[in-house]
Amino acid sequence: MMRFLLLFSRQGKLRLQKWFTPLTDREKKKVIRDMMMMVLARPPRTCNFLQWRDLKIVYKRYASLYFCTGLEDQDNELLALEVLHRYVELLDKYFGNVCELDIIFNFEKAYFILDEFLMGGEILETSRMAVAGSLEEADTLQEVKDQTVYYSVPQY
Amino acid sequence: MSPSVPLQEMIRAIRSARTQCEERGVIQRECAAIRAQFRQADNEGRSHNLAKLLYVHMLGYPAHFGQMECVRMIASPRYSEKRVGYLGAMMLLDEKQDASLLITNSIKNDLSHSSQFVQSLALCTLACMGSAEMCRDLAPEIDKLLRSSNSYIKKKAALCAVHIVRKVNELGELFAPAARSLLSEKNHGVLHGAVVLITELCERSPETLERFRKSVPELVHIMKGLVLSGYSPEHDVAGISDPFLQVRILRLLRILGHNNEVASDAMNDLLAQVATNTDSTKTAGNAVLYETVLTVLDIKSESGLRVLAVNILGRFLLNNDRNIRYIAMTSLQKIVGTDHIAVQRHRGTIVDCLKDPDASVKRRALELSLALVSASNIRSMMKELLNFLSTCPLELRAQAASGIFAAAERYSPSQRWHIDTILHVLTTAGGDVRDETVPNLIQLITTASELHCYTVHKLYRALLQDISQQPLVQVACWCIGEYGDLLLKGDCQEIEPVQVNENDVLDALETVLQSHMSSPTTRGFALTATMKLSTRITENVDRIRSIVSIYGSCIDLELQQRAVEYNALFKKYDHMRAAVLERMPIMEKNSTGQTNGETTGELVKEVQPVKVIQGQPPTQPPASQVCDLLDLLGDSNDSGKPSSSSAQSSNNTSSPGGDLLDLLGGLDLMPPTPVPTIPVYEKNGVNLTLSCQKQSETSLIVTLTASNSTDADITTFTLQAAVPKSVQLLMKAPSGDHLPACGTVKVTQVVVLNNPNKVNLKMRIRVSFTSQGVAFQDTVQVDSLPECR
Repeated sequence: MMRFLLLFSRQGKLRLQKWFTPLTDREKKKVIRDMMMMVLARPPRTCNFLQWRDLKIVYKRYASLYFCTGLEDQDNELLALEVLHRYVELLDKYFGNVCELDIIFNFEKAYFILDEFLMGGEILETSRMAVAGSLEEADTLQEVKDQTVYYSVPQY
Repeated sequence: MSPSVPLQEMIRAIRSARTQCEERGVIQRECAAIRAQFRQADNEGRSHNLAKLLYVHMLGYPAHFGQMECVRMIASPRYSEKRVGYLGAMMLLDEKQDASLLITNSIKNDLSHSSQFVQSLALCTLACMGSAEMCRDLAPEIDKLLRSSNSYIKKKAALCAVHIVRKVNELGELFAPAARSLLSEKNHGVLHGAVVLITELCERSPETLERFRKSVPELVHIMKGLVLSGYSPEHDVAGISDPFLQVRILRLLRILGHNNEVASDAMNDLLAQVATNTDSTKTAGNAVLYETVLTVLDIKSESGLRVLAVNILGRFLLNNDRNIRYIAMTSLQKIVGTDHIAVQRHRGTIVDCLKDPDASVKRRALELSLALVSASNIRSMMKELLNFLSTCPLELRAQAASGIFAAAERYSPSQRWHIDTILHVLTTAGGDVRDETVPNLIQLITTASELHCYTVHKLYRALLQDISQQPLVQVACWCIGEYGDLLLKGDCQEIEPVQVNENDVLDALETVLQSHMSSPTTRGFALTATMKLSTRITENVDRIRSIVSIYGSCIDLELQQRAVEYNALFKKYDHMRAAVLERMPIMEKNSTGQTNGETTGELVKEVQPVKVIQGQPPTQPPASQVCDLLDLLGDSNDSGKPSSSSAQSSNNTSSPGGDLLDLLGGLDLMPPTPVPTIPVYEKNGVNLTLSCQKQSETSLIVTLTASNSTDADITTFTLQAAVPKSVQLLMKAPSGDHLPACGTVKVTQVVVLNNPNKVNLKMRIRVSFTSQGVAFQDTVQVDSLPECR
């Protein structure tokens, strides 16, 4: 399973943090600090994998954002690269040509998208279209002001 | 979805703050406003406020006052509020917070909500931060949802069940039947969730593993469908159909086929098919191939398949993509023990990776290279490794150095080569080697007796060039001390002869002694070496004597002690000097380390060469021999003690007026008379003296001796003693209580003191006796017991 997923900018500003294991605030801060230090120090065109404590760290840079995740021993690093790529694709589809500002100003939506794609450190849905579809429906539901009538959903 | 305007305005305001101070100000104002809003019972912008708070939390500011608001929002009937409330719960609450229990009921209600999106929020939150108690409470609900007809809910319930099983192992039993039935789903999301759940169950329970072995044919069938199916736009990634699901199935097959012939047979064909058919141009394909290789190597696969797998790894090694090379080496590391020959074929590529500029790749290449060293390739490998050592990044140096030593230990073709290699490492990376290298090397040198001349010449030259690498300097000093005569002889077959004279050698050693770069241990080595040379050189013995006596007043205690002992060796025990300093015998290797802590801990991986062998530190024997001699002489002094002290006390009785002189005499601390006695009490005809002898660090034996200087007998003589609180006292039986006249017979009383806290020792002594029918009692305080050795 993935232990955490972090998004941070080149200047070291955290844009998104998702933790899949319970950690204290202090531990979280330490992990974030260590990740930023290690990943931002890497020169370009180097390997995307690092070893940190007992975890495998996989990171990828997209424009100005670094996507960084920590994997356990049995996990497949190459697949984790694909997971990060898929998340970026989903963000791109949702926001239309996503950039860092979109994620800053709509961070809660970035979380909603993440929660439709990953859960408990594992992949939830492997189909892009299914994720996009359920996001759209949930957003529509949110628009409905009337609190007693819920959008009735067809059963799959 | 319409953006939250208040939230975006706040974000804009925070971002436009130019300094950290300004930002803090903005955030404090916003937080105050948010807190005020929270206190209001019902308002429209609740979700916006909580979202603002979550943003502030992400910047790193405290947001715990929002926890209760999260709980309230989760209970709200509005979906928008629930959504943000659950997000807040996942960000602000974790199982360590007390407030997290409050949402258990809300989650329970929402799990059976009519809207699937509300259900999914509850499932997601439970899977993110559900504590063990919450999981136990809600597990039956999750099991029900696993059997629902809604795929959207089923896939979420499956991963929620995974989380529950991770938190509470025993609940795995509950989910096993539902998991089994989910395997027949068509929906990839549900299938994926089912495979993850089954993997988790099998990893935790061997019985469940047994039961799920029966599903291997089903899994193989699903996998075949994925591999052979045509293009599916929904799941395609770079030409591979749903690589995520494929990798998970392969991983499950690995667990099911491990150590089981039947299951492994059932998947052989499939694995061969995947290995050959998968396109390896893009990462997705390589991910699947990688997982396939791991599976093949971990189950009981047939040899052809294994060869295929290792070949795939070999292909990976030649790939341009660094990531692929990295994971290839990681995988090869796992099998280098079992398929050694297959991995050896790729040795060239691996050694080339040592020169890769990427630090991660270098690390993997180093570990693998060390594992591939064998008797046949030791010379070429060592050349590469030594090259690597001189250019490698600092964090890998220690590992490289110790790996090289272990490899050299195991496979060195000749002793000379071995010594050369170790010297090379010491000159390039001397600061990063482990402590036991020095005694090991010294032990090695003593065994190579025909190479002593060569070794000492080489080390001398290395010493002249550079005295900063401490291990090298220590070994060099030791060798010069031991084999100084060979060094001065000048002729040596294996190395060009260079004339070395005694002054040069002593200069070199003195430089080491005086240099600020030398550690105290190194200086100890140098001093001992200088001393040893006194028997091996002929002309400059005086120079050595002066060096040694200078260090007799050195601040460093260890050096001072050595210098004093060596001085004594020059002065009093000159007849023994040659014997003490003669050449040391060949040392035995100890397989279990006595002096240094690292013994079995050296075995990091089972494929790594044998652990570093411990040896005795060599400098102890000469010093301890000297000490032993002194102790012997000390013992002979001890036998002289009673006589001197009795002489002292008889002095006391005969001239009570000369107390002052006797006091000084009693405190005479010259080594030949080690036990001082002090007169403690001289009144009414009783003369009491006290002498101490140190038993150990904390215990002391005090002997009180009383005698009678009057003409009348003294009877019922008793002594009582009191000491400070932390000191323990034990009074032995006195020799008697009768003091005859004129001090013919003395009474002695032995008191044993134990002073664990090492406080200043004082003693109060009460003397009581009867003389000529009159009872006397007196108390005297001894404020400090005399210095005892």
